[in-house]
Amino acid sequence: MREITLSKAVNEAIAEEMRRDPNVFLIGEDVAEAGTPFKVLAGLVDEFGTERVIDTPISEPGFVGMAVGAALTGSRPIVDLMFGDFIFLVMDQLCNQAAKACYMSGGKLNVPMVLRTNLGATRRSAAQHSQSLHALVAHIPGLKVAMPSSAYEAKGLMKTAIRDNNPVVIFEDKLMYQDKAPVPEEEFLITFGKANIKREGTDITLIATSSMVQVAEKAADLLAKDGISAEVIDPRTIVPLDEETILNSVRKTSRAIVIDEGHQSYGITGEIASRITEKAFYHLDAPVLRMGAMDVPVPFSPALEDLTVPTPEGVADRARAAVRGELFHAA
Amino acid sequence: MAAKAAAKTGAKPKGNAEDYLRMYRQMVRIRAFEDQANQLYLSAKMPGLTHMYSGQEAVAVGICEALTDDDKITSTHRGHGHCVAKGAEFKAMFCELLGKAEGYCRGKGGSMHIADQSHGNLGANAIVGGSMGIATGAALSAKLRGTDEVTVCFFGDGATAQGLWYEVMNMAALWKLPVIYACENNGYSEYTKTAEIAAGSLTARAEAFGIEAHKVDGQDVLAVNELTQKLVARARKGEGPFFIELATYRYHGHHVGDINREYYRAKDEETEWKSTRDPILNFGKWLTEQGVASEDDLAAIGAEVKADAEAAVAYAEAAAYPPENEVDMHVYVDSPELNAALRGQPAA
Repeated sequence: MREITLSKAVNEAIAEEMRRDPNVFLIGEDVAEAGTPFKVLAGLVDEFGTERVIDTPISEPGFVGMAVGAALTGSRPIVDLMFGDFIFLVMDQLCNQAAKACYMSGGKLNVPMVLRTNLGATRRSAAQHSQSLHALVAHIPGLKVAMPSSAYEAKGLMKTAIRDNNPVVIFEDKLMYQDKAPVPEEEFLITFGKANIKREGTDITLIATSSMVQVAEKAADLLAKDGISAEVIDPRTIVPLDEETILNSVRKTSRAIVIDEGHQSYGITGEIASRITEKAFYHLDAPVLRMGAMDVPVPFSPALEDLTVPTPEGVADRARAAVRGELFHAA
Repeated sequence: MAAKAAAKTGAKPKGNAEDYLRMYRQMVRIRAFEDQANQLYLSAKMPGLTHMYSGQEAVAVGICEALTDDDKITSTHRGHGHCVAKGAEFKAMFCELLGKAEGYCRGKGGSMHIADQSHGNLGANAIVGGSMGIATGAALSAKLRGTDEVTVCFFGDGATAQGLWYEVMNMAALWKLPVIYACENNGYSEYTKTAEIAAGSLTARAEAFGIEAHKVDGQDVLAVNELTQKLVARARKGEGPFFIELATYRYHGHHVGDINREYYRAKDEETEWKSTRDPILNFGKWLTEQGVASEDDLAAIGAEVKADAEAAVAYAEAAAYPPENEVDMHVYVDSPELNAALRGQPAA
């Protein structure tokens, strides 16, 4: 199978859906000729014109609000939010407007929009361009949240998101745009709420999102050398969450670590760990562990920044401790 | 009704007498709805609070009468008037107000989110200024879809302090979108005089973006309607956006529970507006002077509307609450085409 970059995968997904449905359009800062600072959307304006690839002023609440209005009236906007950190600027439009229009209208209105943005630290971009804020929107009922872990997921999840009749937020890891993966030439969609078992194992389950899937896979390689068999699960979407696949895995392995790049406190790791503890408690042989980003603003200095995110070695260390039964009396 | 009135008074028949009487009736309907809503609050029959539109009827009616069902509006927390004026019926409105299953939003929205979506009402927004992006986006969508739909964004003077408005006015002006920003300046931003929260002039703010701005007496339904008709026609031709500042007055407090309000608004001021600038009384007077209707005709409309409202309240009081299984319904909507496509593809 051919391999393409995650950036190319997103571009292809959007182009295919824009060809299929004339109501789909793109809106955001520097999405047209510039194709975004990451060049993900490069070339789309040549095919679809500035009517459907719309450059906006730097007015995030304005254009996200406009996307909501367009989605309520027959269009299917894809909003480009240049950095995930800017989600704080658009919280009212996303969480009070897009997320609630369907419910508050008793199902008579709906908002088929996609907000694509990014996450991920270690790009030396400091505290306001490095955050992974998906937990904030995953907390709000009415939004769906997708977290592609490779070019394959980036394409399939984007196409599904565009066709979903609800507001979907997609977080791409901005450090993965040039990462290649096999992606079929023929059309495909990826079902939301269906996790992917990336690697089967018997001793411990590593549940990981976005780029943390790579971290988990590398950790599984390290563990294999010690004779520990790790299962790696990529939920692909955190809302909806495929609880069943995760629980079935943990019932088999009896141990779990949840790895995510959002801050560890009050985040995705805690949510998934808690569901496992509530619903598979009897099967557990060790406390379920959380590994998120440190609870600090992301520092600029490489010497400090690299300390803030989970690493394969760190995950492997915790997994060994869990498997060896060293965690029962952890302070 | 119009023909009958003309025959009875002997006045020369007016081509738009029917329109006038419909506008009068719609204003009376809004006032009657609010009077009933206020009573429901005072008698503790209504859950929560509500924000009365009484006094501002000429704004909603003058504007919505210039729109078609395909045209869109966005409404506010003080939105009952917009809802009625854009074509809603009393029964489903009172059911919504009381949280009943037959409400327009199946009881999930209540007073602050009441809207009859089937007539182009994109929802009432309880975030002040929260719908300015939605209205502008609806106008963008109308343009992209190649329709001539116009969107009117209703908001109060208080909302002019929100930054969102300036962001979307900029884009609406850049892209010549068919949106009309209608600022109902009722003199008060919640419990604060507008003069204390708004520097400079509101029309100048729109004009700074190159948006044609108008000021109109929001108590004069014909003036509002005439101006809106012109602007809507021009917006359909791509000459928008526009801004209208409508001078009006809120008869009640910020909400129904804001009763002792002399610390921010004098009783004399309220009395003066109610006695000299009431949009319904003044238009009724004009209708009789012009021979469009007699005082008896108008009284009959009033009585008929009041009876309708009372019957709708009784209906809503007796109506059923939504069943418990609806609590987690409508969080998401189904995506049938997507699901069919997913079923059709080979297992991944």
